[in-house]
Amino acid sequence: MSELADTIREVIEREPVAIFMKGNLRFVMCGNSDRALGALRALGAPIAAVDVLPDPRIRQELSALSGWPTIPQVFVGGELVGGADIVDELAESGELRDTLRARLGDDYATGEERTVDLLAPAR
Amino acid sequence: MDATAPTLQELLERAFPDATELAVHDRTGGGDHFQVVLTSPRFVGLSLVDQHRLVYGALAGPLADGTIHELRIRTKGTA
Repeated sequence: MSELADTIREVIEREPVAIFMKGNLRFVMCGNSDRALGALRALGAPIAAVDVLPDPRIRQELSALSGWPTIPQVFVGGELVGGADIVDELAESGELRDTLRARLGDDYATGEERTVDLLAPAR
Repeated sequence: MDATAPTLQELLERAFPDATELAVHDRTGGGDHFQVVLTSPRFVGLSLVDQHRLVYGALAGPLADGTIHELRIRTKGTA
């Protein structure tokens, strides 16, 4: 297990809501990442965003860990909720809010957003 | 790349012979952005994540070799 894989696993386990996406919170580089991010924002979810674009190894290691081949990937409470299509579908049906409440508690909606840089030398 | 769409269709037909609805749309006409709509009794009782995992599994080849640049999936279970 590489150090990068360990770091990715830590982020997934530590962050209430982690989204691995193309681009960052200010400049989203992909329509699907934008859809997933938008659905989370609409519910006021706390968001920790990881940009997979700076290094192709991030995506490789992430997909190896999650068994999910595409980006974005959204994790809530350490568990994969899905990619953009699932997050969209769950947001429409109200189940995304239910999942956030069930895994993070009724007062989950802090709306806090931050960027996690996996490649930063000091963590 | 014109043969890509029928190939995805074939892969899915093979993996889901009991599908009651199966459609593959080439969203951009470029042969690399696809929308899959699939209804199968195999999805009954599975979470959406597990349903999509089955679709990804059926399309592992074209996903790995880069034929599929983007894939949208809509799945439903039928009893």
